[in-house]
Amino acid sequence: MRIAWWKIASIILLCYAVVGGFLLPVPALSQLGETIRNLYFHVCMWFAMMILFTISIIHSIKYLNKSDLRHDIKAKSYAAVGTYMGLLGYSTGAIWASFTWADPNNPAYASFGSIMREPKLIGAAMALLIYGAYFILRNSIKDMDQRARVSAVYNVFAYTMLFPSIWIIPRLLPSLHPGQEGNPALNFNDIDARMRMVFYPAVLGWTLLGAWITTLKIRIELIQEKKILSNEK
Amino acid sequence: MHPYKQFSALLKKEILLELRQKHALYGMMLYIASTIFVLYLTLGDAEAETWNALFWITQLFICINAVAKSFLQEAKGRMLYHFSITTPSAFILSKIVYNVLLMGIMNVINLILYTAFLGDPTTSFFAFVGISLLGSIGLSLVFTMLAAIASKAMQQASLMAILGFPIIIPQLMLLVRLSKTAFSEIFRDGAPLQVIFLLLALDLSVILLAVILYPFLWKD
Repeated sequence: MRIAWWKIASIILLCYAVVGGFLLPVPALSQLGETIRNLYFHVCMWFAMMILFTISIIHSIKYLNKSDLRHDIKAKSYAAVGTYMGLLGYSTGAIWASFTWADPNNPAYASFGSIMREPKLIGAAMALLIYGAYFILRNSIKDMDQRARVSAVYNVFAYTMLFPSIWIIPRLLPSLHPGQEGNPALNFNDIDARMRMVFYPAVLGWTLLGAWITTLKIRIELIQEKKILSNEK
Repeated sequence: MHPYKQFSALLKKEILLELRQKHALYGMMLYIASTIFVLYLTLGDAEAETWNALFWITQLFICINAVAKSFLQEAKGRMLYHFSITTPSAFILSKIVYNVLLMGIMNVINLILYTAFLGDPTTSFFAFVGISLLGSIGLSLVFTMLAAIASKAMQQASLMAILGFPIIIPQLMLLVRLSKTAFSEIFRDGAPLQVIFLLLALDLSVILLAVILYPFLWKD
């Protein structure tokens, strides 16, 4: 293991987030109850996903500038781990929603179809579909350089189209999801001061963990592609 | 050659090619006609909301089919020839303008057949015509760029749908929403105008991205 300060920081922050997240006091809200602690996991997954996707697109732009295959490997790995974080965000969200939204007395949220129409869920589904398409696109091109170039172009194009949409759609549809006017949990009125003490470290910790997993993936792939990469120079 | 001259020459080439190979154009028209006929037989009387949703779905599929061939028909040798005599931005802009024109024509045909077969539930038909033209511009812009990307891969046609659907969702939602103004739904003052500006801004950003990104796709 290559020890770096941020890996240690990630471990410490996550230990704090998990222990503190379950034990520290939270505001008692009638509807949410203790499920509010899921904020430290669910929202952090989405934050980590967006941050990893952003790092991925930065590497795609770098690839387009320099045509160095290392950047392509990095862009791909960050996108893969970001997608994984997104799936985790979905599952934590599903658990949360089954406790708070799924109400047999409320027909508007009785079925899967009505819950999927939540703007935040549409945005998340779009992000995951886009990166699913990104991997399909990668697999359908054989030539390495061309694959790197074409998928980098798609990454940049799709990412820049995704962002206005995440900003537009919530303003078109009604929603039960918290954080209607922008980023949930970032707004200072949204979140209790006690929770912020755990929430921000948790975001940082999960993101660092995602980055850590990605660096491992990148190192494995760099070893696998050693021949091609050394021929390049 | 001056970039503008390159652009107009390329555009002229596209239109000439289309007029000389009329089978593709007629094929598209037949595609629209048979789609709508199938809808007509399976649907019967359509309510306004269904009508609207189906209209945009057919627009989407027409767009994919119409735009897909713009890059598929370019053989490798011809691309190399273009590469040696034109700039990438002139090339992609000519494709964009040509596809917008083509999609505009297909849009009008689609509208005529739609109202003929499935009736006209709109309260202000001309507003709907305008909205559908605005929508077809947006659709053809996004799918031109995606066709350029997909043309580098295998199984291009199905890949285009996979790549395109998640990206086009917000535009389609905005369009479906906007077209409800033509169905006598009451909107807040200025809300439709806001949506129109949003769509135009999206279109502009797609054009910008295409001009910036196409040069990277272009070299083989």
